[in-house]
Amino acid sequence: MPLIHKPATELHELIKTKQVSSRDVTEAFLAQIHHVEPSLNAFLTLTDDLALSMADAVDQKVSKGLPLGPLEGVPIAIKDNICTENIPTTCASTILKGFLPPYNATLIETLKQAGLPILGKTNMDEFAMGSSTETSAYQKTHNPWNVDCVPGGSSGGSAVAVAGFEAPLSIGSDTGGSIRQPASFCGNVGLKPTYGRVSRYGLIAFASSLDQIGSFANNVTDTAHLLNLLAGHDPKDSTSLALEKEDFTRLLGSPKKGLRVGLPNEFFKHLSPEVKALYTTLINTLSQDGIEFVWLDLPSIEYALATYYIIAPAEASSNLARYDGVRFGFRAAGTSSTAEMIEQSRSQGFGAEVKRRILIGTYVLSSGYYDAYYKKAQKVRTLIKKDFDRAFEQVDIIASPTTPTPAFKLGEKTNDPLEMYLSDIMTIPLNLAGLPGLSIPCGLHNNLPMGWQLMGKAFDEARLLQVAHQMESLIGFGGCA
Amino acid sequence: MTQWEVVIGLEIHAQVTTQSKLFCSCSTQFGSTPNTQVCPVCTGMPGALPVLNRTVLDKAITLGLATHCTINEHNEFARKNYFYPDLPKGYQISQLDKPICSLGYLDVEVDGSTRRIGLTRIHMEEDAGKLVHQGSDNIKGATHSLVDLNRSSVPLVEIVSEPDIRSAKEAKAYMESMAQIVRWLGVCDGNLEEGSLRCDANISLRPKGTETLGTKTEVKNLNSFKSVERAILLEIERQTDILDEGGTIIQETRHYNEATNSTKSLRSKEEAHDYRYFPDPDLVPIAIDRAWVSRIEQTLPELPTARHKRYQTELGLSDYDAGKMTVDRETGDFFEATLSLGSSAKEIANWLNGDISAWLKEHSSTLAICKLTPAHLAEMLKELINGTISGKIAKQLVDDMLETGTHPSTLIKEKGLAQVNDTGAINQMIDIVLSENPKAVEDLKAGKVQTMGFIVGQVMRKSQGKANPDQVNKRLKELFSLS
Ligand SMILES: [Zn+2]
Repeated sequence: MPLIHKPATELHELIKTKQVSSRDVTEAFLAQIHHVEPSLNAFLTLTDDLALSMADAVDQKVSKGLPLGPLEGVPIAIKDNICTENIPTTCASTILKGFLPPYNATLIETLKQAGLPILGKTNMDEFAMGSSTETSAYQKTHNPWNVDCVPGGSSGGSAVAVAGFEAPLSIGSDTGGSIRQPASFCGNVGLKPTYGRVSRYGLIAFASSLDQIGSFANNVTDTAHLLNLLAGHDPKDSTSLALEKEDFTRLLGSPKKGLRVGLPNEFFKHLSPEVKALYTTLINTLSQDGIEFVWLDLPSIEYALATYYIIAPAEASSNLARYDGVRFGFRAAGTSSTAEMIEQSRSQGFGAEVKRRILIGTYVLSSGYYDAYYKKAQKVRTLIKKDFDRAFEQVDIIASPTTPTPAFKLGEKTNDPLEMYLSDIMTIPLNLAGLPGLSIPCGLHNNLPMGWQLMGKAFDEARLLQVAHQMESLIGFGGCA
Repeated sequence: MTQWEVVIGLEIHAQVTTQSKLFCSCSTQFGSTPNTQVCPVCTGMPGALPVLNRTVLDKAITLGLATHCTINEHNEFARKNYFYPDLPKGYQISQLDKPICSLGYLDVEVDGSTRRIGLTRIHMEEDAGKLVHQGSDNIKGATHSLVDLNRSSVPLVEIVSEPDIRSAKEAKAYMESMAQIVRWLGVCDGNLEEGSLRCDANISLRPKGTETLGTKTEVKNLNSFKSVERAILLEIERQTDILDEGGTIIQETRHYNEATNSTKSLRSKEEAHDYRYFPDPDLVPIAIDRAWVSRIEQTLPELPTARHKRYQTELGLSDYDAGKMTVDRETGDFFEATLSLGSSAKEIANWLNGDISAWLKEHSSTLAICKLTPAHLAEMLKELINGTISGKIAKQLVDDMLETGTHPSTLIKEKGLAQVNDTGAINQMIDIVLSENPKAVEDLKAGKVQTMGFIVGQVMRKSQGKANPDQVNKRLKELFSLS
């Protein structure tokens, strides 16, 4: 098996036992990148030199007989909304064209410490607003399963990097499904940890109360090992929680006895008969293995999409106010006053979807509308959380399809924002509740992968990964070779 | 003609004295090279996040307790959204409906009587940066403007009063009193020149005897006590003229120009910003429990007004002296410390108000940074009272103590400054002086008492001020049979 098809944990073992060098591994992925990028367009910036120098540092440790940390030497790709010092970080927006952050996100510091060579920055929907990576100001990313299809979004580049064997691991961010939905479309494992589990310091904010950094990998084991690195309290992020360090791989391989999985009726309502059949078969297969499924109701879920499209744009309208052309990024030329400079820089620097959300957000926060929209949305958000709390009194895990359909065609939904928003209908509730979730591949529909979303209790990622690992081995999904 | 009642509410912004900014660890030092005290957080870099400096919370609670406010258990920061080039995030982190303190008051002395001014709220917020306009002193007309973010995110408390103030004089007294308290508590250094204390005034008029509030205007940029009084007087006059002529007041924000002593309209109500406040999702709400508040309550010092009264009633100081001894915390604490070492209140006050304050003024120094200690002052006063040194020597000693920080008894010993009380030595010096001044002796013999002063002076000079003047007087009276 070529190196690039091997799981991250296996690559790490090979490096540790001197069977291959980190440079060999990194070069193999860089070669694949240069080979497939013309058709996939997953990366916005490649950092070959950085990756190779980091790989060499790991190899030196190995040659000196120094011990390696978890996943050390295994390369990784980073979504372009995570600040990398002196490396372009654009959020796929014109307004941040050429922006070189003066600092590293906490996550990047962690990865540098841990010795995971950074391959480059991946394409995304502009400011993570979108579900197909098509709102990127720079390029369209293609789904490796079918290059006429979108990879999903907003972390489409990171999903494709792993699905196209350009990277064994990648980092994304998930505000309303931006990791789980593209993982589902690209047939890999995408994890969104509990809100507060991974530091947001240096993650360029879209909607602060919903944004969470997470990962893409080829399997659940790699995902669990990577979470061991990502998780942890950061004094620079007031919303990150100070919890004991834990090993998220500790429950892998020991299936939970008497596992009860909840199936929310609401998530199975709007599926096409074919898709529904796929999941019915899946549930039957898993049931035969002793997993007990329980149908339950999450009545407030009906309002999740509407709630999300008030809270997320409201926060975004404020978070994106700093892009004014004053201190960094794009500044419109030929303006004659400060007000005009700010207005023109924003008019020219933001794309249509970003403007749409800023407008919605500005509207719902306006005096006279705040109570009717933003305040009410926060109340509904509390109800959604309570629905989940109640459900978790009966079950260990909640499961659903990750998306109502497999990947759609490029351009198919770009003119219909509402249709586009609906593709996140299954993933959004979890962000509103702040809970952890992941998507694992569970089958094909029209030769495109479908995802199985597993949702856990807050800070119960170890259990979530245990169950995902158990189901992963039962499903036996092959991947995109 | 209608008699108008003036209704004023003040909003005071006080910069909280801290080492570091409200949401990052950058220094708050004033006057540094532009943009040298900045980081990703206070320059609003994408991805950077605020982390609250808890010292500011403690200080805000301190101020709240000192002004009889309720300290709110549930605290929340909110974003105030507006665009301006000196506001790097495009929003200011402030507090809206869950401020740290609410519903307090401050008693203010005006013309010998006490006025109670209600406080609506005290909340925490971050300062903006500073624009330096090129080619004009205003953003309009400037060729370009430079942005200095050293001040960005420096911590402020905004103290909002109820519309309880009834005159410009009262407003000034309130502002002075608040300045004294924030300085006293160490909440703010109260430095108006450096903008540590700034004030906006809401002013309206209503017919005397009515309750309904008239239309108000907000006057901004009141950066000195004098400005507060003058700008308010100006605005009262402007509104009175309009109302007297049957006109109506337009709700607007006006800008005060100290140099020209005039105000001009900045924007009307229609042009007012919609700040779109909402809770800042980057900062978690803070719960302030009873234990936290009582911990701060225990460290709360006696306030200047209470101390002022106590000095009059318990120590018998005059209103003037009591006021001087409570003018600021340094003086107050210095006075207290010296008092506790056994010196008399009146003596300490005399010296602090007199020679010591003159020396400090001349050397641009303060009690906190000069070398004089309460122990040294107390020792000097002891030596003065028991007659070891004369009043004249004491004056000289105080200067030396201020300058060098040397213990007074060391100075007395080293310089041989102890008063000469030895009768033999004094008599000898008098004899010499008399023999050198035969004309004066004639005058004294002729009963010209005025000449005594001259002779005493000569003796003091000969003794380098060490002769006990009482003894010199006594001896001369004996010699010439004067009474
Ligand atoms: Zn800073």
